[in-house]
Amino acid sequence: MGLFVDIHKDLGAFQLNVSFETDSGQLTGLLGASGCGKSMTLRCIAGIEKPDRGRIVLDGRVLFDSGQRINLPPQKRRVGYLFQNYALFPHMTVAQNIAVGVRDKKARQETVARLARTLYLEGQEGKYPRQLSGGQQQRVALARILASEPEVLLLDEPFSALDSYLKWQVELELADLLASFSGPVLFVTHNRDEVQRLCRQVCVLDQGKSQAVLPVNELFEAPRTLSACLLSGCKNISRAKPTPDGKVEALDWGMTLDPKRPLPEGLSHIGVRAHYIRPVDGPGPNRLPCRVERVVENVFSTVVMLSTPGGDQGFSRLRMELEKGRWPELAGRDPLWLELPAGDLLLLTKDG
Amino acid sequence: MDWYPLFNSLRIAVISTFLIFFLGIFAAYYVAKLPRLVKGVLDVVLTLPLVLPPTVLGYFLLRLLGPKRVLGLWFLEVFDLRLTMVWYAAIFASAVVAFPLMYRTARGAFESFDITLAHAARTLGRSNTWIFWRVMLPCCKQGIIAGTVLAFARALGEYGATSMIAGYTPGKTATISTTVYQLWRTGDDAGAVRWVLVNLAISAVVLLCVNMLEKKDRRPRRKAAPVSGEVA
Repeated sequence: MGLFVDIHKDLGAFQLNVSFETDSGQLTGLLGASGCGKSMTLRCIAGIEKPDRGRIVLDGRVLFDSGQRINLPPQKRRVGYLFQNYALFPHMTVAQNIAVGVRDKKARQETVARLARTLYLEGQEGKYPRQLSGGQQQRVALARILASEPEVLLLDEPFSALDSYLKWQVELELADLLASFSGPVLFVTHNRDEVQRLCRQVCVLDQGKSQAVLPVNELFEAPRTLSACLLSGCKNISRAKPTPDGKVEALDWGMTLDPKRPLPEGLSHIGVRAHYIRPVDGPGPNRLPCRVERVVENVFSTVVMLSTPGGDQGFSRLRMELEKGRWPELAGRDPLWLELPAGDLLLLTKDG
Repeated sequence: MDWYPLFNSLRIAVISTFLIFFLGIFAAYYVAKLPRLVKGVLDVVLTLPLVLPPTVLGYFLLRLLGPKRVLGLWFLEVFDLRLTMVWYAAIFASAVVAFPLMYRTARGAFESFDITLAHAARTLGRSNTWIFWRVMLPCCKQGIIAGTVLAFARALGEYGATSMIAGYTPGKTATISTTVYQLWRTGDDAGAVRWVLVNLAISAVVLLCVNMLEKKDRRPRRKAAPVSGEVA
């Protein structure tokens, strides 16, 4: 039981090719840069947009199948869609908004009262959406969706319309509410921190193309593709070429690295996270001499921008993050020798 | 003073506004959904009465509704109804002239309607008819009311096409605007002034209504500000 999606759609600028499967009770993140087709994917699942071809199955129920010419209208899909701006009806009160979702007329009042209670909206029933805070608006939208008894929830950037000081609290509340939802949940975002905190598995979308669904920790600890690595927040990435003796030539950094493990098929890039780079005393394997370009003091860390033997532009530069206070003893060194530890090297291929 | 022109003008304006209200809204709704090319062509056709001289429209109407023309003849034979030189002939004239005002204002309102509201209602299981009446119309209320008031005002003041298709018969087809012209033409300046003042009063009230509606529309709405993603 769960949601199966395999759809294709020509969007002009690029092709949407998305396929993934998620189980009931699973919160799956759809992570991708803006305009990569995340929202379009949700709209296809909800039936607002029609894919050119493919198949969407929810709990064994076919929602869309281009081969069998099945295309259920949104009304019959039982897909709960939380829109980015919540799409509350501005001319209706909170209670009226929630009531729109109730399918069984006899149970209307009772359902509205129950949902207002579970979503902490008691006392707000008579207010209009514009009189509510962003977090409250989101809860009304959720109550309205839950009233329609959906079998899957689609959340489209649910925190993007919130002030940052509200975000944290709303995120916790949402996590609690979602824990009691039994169907699959798809969570669209471009923010990796939200994925890390809320989801157990994640599907990376790059230019309309979906990659394999991964457990979240794998995305952050060992991304396998260039786009996943970029989305996971890695700042140091170089074009790479395998050498005949099983090492990797980092073209942008002007050095050869030894990851001390077999290289993946189609290796194209190599990466290392800023906080794994180690300052060392002198030359050695996986070490390179760097020149300090710029030092940025953050609240809890120091970020050092460095030029490598490969140059001082774009991807040739390295970014090193140090704990606060460690920088002064290193500041005078020129060149500054750095080690990129073999175990922390990320070996990347172009596509998933 | 014979108040018949006022009564006749009001009844013509009310009936034609009533017709335009539905025709304009439905035309706006369906035209907004059409593919671009068809939309462009239909838009021109439906807006044309706004820019054509009313006499040209009157000419077209006479060609269509005259007692010896297609529709006119058919109505005369089947229902024994004359479509010209009777009080209700002016309804056709004012409806055609005022229609573009309703159509364009309604279309503007529909185009600025946040379509995600309709999407949301559909995923919640509501029918398209329900969405039209319960979400779309209420959200576009200001624009539609403004369009209705404008159309009413225009219908009330219609002269050119009306005088061609309904003529001026005191106590039968006389409207405020045709009466003003008739009284002035026959040298009854005092009578003309009286009707001019009546017309001014009605128009002022209508414009006041439009202004009040616009002010209500500009009432500020609270919206959460979008915030970009956190930086790790």
